[in-house]
Amino acid sequence: MSEQTAVTGTPGPLADPEARRALMADVSREPGSSKPDPILEVDHIIRNFGGMTAVHVEHLEVQRGIITALIGPNGAGKTTFFNLITGFDKPSSAKTGAHWSFEGNKLDKTSASSVALAGMVRTFQLTKSLNRMTVMDNMMLGARGQRGENLLTSMFKSTWGAQEKAIEAKAIELLHRFKLHTKKDDYAGSLSGGQRKLLEMARALMSDPTMIMLDEPMAGVNPALTQSLLGHIQTLRDEGMTVLFVEHDMHVVRHISDWVVVMAEGRIVAEGPADTVMSNPAVIDAYLGAHHDTDLGDDSLLSDEALEEMAAEVAAEKAEREGETA
Amino acid sequence: MSTISESIPTPDQTQGGDVQAGVFDPNDPEGPPPERRVFLAVTIFVVYFAVVLILGKYAPGTVGTIARGMLRESISAQTAAVAIAIIGLNIHFGYTGLLNMGQAGFMMLGAYGFSISIWHGLPMVVGIVMGLLAAFVFALILGVPTLKLRGDYLAIVTISAAEILRYIGRLARLEDFTGAAQGIPGSQYREPFVGLSFFGNGTFDLGGWLPTLQSTGVNGWWVRFVAWLLVAICCVLVWLLVRSPWGRLLRGIREDEDAIRSLGKNVFAIKMQALIIGGLFGALGGIVYILPSSMQPDAMGRSLTFFCWTALLLGGAATVFGPVMGAVLFFALRIFIQGASDALVPNSIMNTAQTAQFAWICVGVALMLLVIFRPQGILGDKRELRFNV
Repeated sequence: MSEQTAVTGTPGPLADPEARRALMADVSREPGSSKPDPILEVDHIIRNFGGMTAVHVEHLEVQRGIITALIGPNGAGKTTFFNLITGFDKPSSAKTGAHWSFEGNKLDKTSASSVALAGMVRTFQLTKSLNRMTVMDNMMLGARGQRGENLLTSMFKSTWGAQEKAIEAKAIELLHRFKLHTKKDDYAGSLSGGQRKLLEMARALMSDPTMIMLDEPMAGVNPALTQSLLGHIQTLRDEGMTVLFVEHDMHVVRHISDWVVVMAEGRIVAEGPADTVMSNPAVIDAYLGAHHDTDLGDDSLLSDEALEEMAAEVAAEKAEREGETA
Repeated sequence: MSTISESIPTPDQTQGGDVQAGVFDPNDPEGPPPERRVFLAVTIFVVYFAVVLILGKYAPGTVGTIARGMLRESISAQTAAVAIAIIGLNIHFGYTGLLNMGQAGFMMLGAYGFSISIWHGLPMVVGIVMGLLAAFVFALILGVPTLKLRGDYLAIVTISAAEILRYIGRLARLEDFTGAAQGIPGSQYREPFVGLSFFGNGTFDLGGWLPTLQSTGVNGWWVRFVAWLLVAICCVLVWLLVRSPWGRLLRGIREDEDAIRSLGKNVFAIKMQALIIGGLFGALGGIVYILPSSMQPDAMGRSLTFFCWTALLLGGAATVFGPVMGAVLFFALRIFIQGASDALVPNSIMNTAQTAQFAWICVGVALMLLVIFRPQGILGDKRELRFNV
């Protein structure tokens, strides 16, 4: 089914921006709000590194068929959260009620490979192209259910030769789409950083995912290539794929995302469509700090009242946080 | 693989589209494409054997002696046995990136399984199966706790496990079972194998071109024939395995396990399969290794593992013929260094016993030089090693 969507590019029902806007119009703008048709549901995921809580997500739903952006300043726990739900890391709350499910299937205890097999394929912030293999080999590795990958049948080409040809054709089609076909026999290590990002995305698509998770796809990519990357991501969405991507650049997010989830200090602080979420005080707070509009050079700030006021504010914030974690 | 990689200037990250012409020259003499590698391997073999054969037959004096010694070593059954073990190590290290520092342990298990079974009255087929089974279980035991960890742990565990096995084999308490430190004399297990020979009695030397050896005998043409036949079969097996999608998966794991995991492959299972298969090749090599000699645990210690590594790197890791070429040239080169230094250096500086040690020193230096200056070995593809992940 998704094989068709990945390659042929027939527009899905959510290709129309109006339809997407209408779909998400009634969704509450609160963190952890419920979506009309969630593909991924996450409950109570906590990850501690020593005494530091890197991720503390109580509830999150990701809507099917749209582009959801997960944004937040550096150190907000976006990538850790990504690692947790894709099985590359285990939540500290694994035994105390951490649950997440993809298309209704529980993923609480599954490994990274089973998560991928379930249809949720990810890419990495630091691109993991297999540098000492050719671009084509990289692509071929992405395909699922290869008979030739079974040790017992691998020695007999008759058992996997035909399948291999089909996979190769599909790989070439995808490479054409990402304009990498001229490089198909080059080693992946010889590609530029941006091309490696494209290759990683194309490789992930080889497995016909229902949802693709991109970890900072635009990091280290020049503006021209960013445009084409964004175009590719939108095309995937228009073909019916669900996209969740991590990014810390708000402007990139504004262009293409249908829904934005904002993380700060491990928590989800806001949700909503791109245009409204940017003006949410919690988001501005997370990105710029609560007192970003205060002039630190202003002498009046040094008065005793002002200092006391600030101290009280800090204490209240601290108490609130302790109350939450207790 | 991190030890043998080089730094290269990273391709310009800021360039997007059609940059990067001319980073690779397809005619780069340092990196023969796969189809040319077979040609290169055959050429080197033909030239090498032509030289030692002609010199061995016609060259007078020391030169002829050295050439005959090299030829004898190159075609000996034990060289073939080590080649089989290296083919296994190549699956571990060359294709999958597993740092197995205990290949001699796998060899010893195969050898013990084979010799003990026959010594205690079981048929030869059972002996072979026992040897392979022992290596299979050993791979499982080593793999389960270590394959989920980083590569270095496998290296530590394999080298110590191989040593533990050797010391267990040497235990005086087990003298009736393993023969303890003395080992098992070849006469106790060799008969069924020699009995299979259809080469007849007498000697054979191809009109003076080859060393004069018994056709069957203890260490004659029969064991050589079987040993090299096994090498050929192992090469074909490896070629069939690594050209398949399974082989592609191995190389993917060598490059980046997490990437392969993110594509929905069971990395642990594949690594375990590779560890077992390489171990089985090691066990087979061990069985062949003791056929022309005797089963001595100390002959299969750490040094044998390091010979395997040197020969593998010499021939070229991650190539089908590399292990065979590495084994042949490694042993021949040692004989050459020993013979040449014996002939050229006067006895007052280095006597005959010392030249043997000198040859081993050269082997160590050669390993270092190889890793530094030619990490891809003779046949390897330099481009595969050019990128530091």
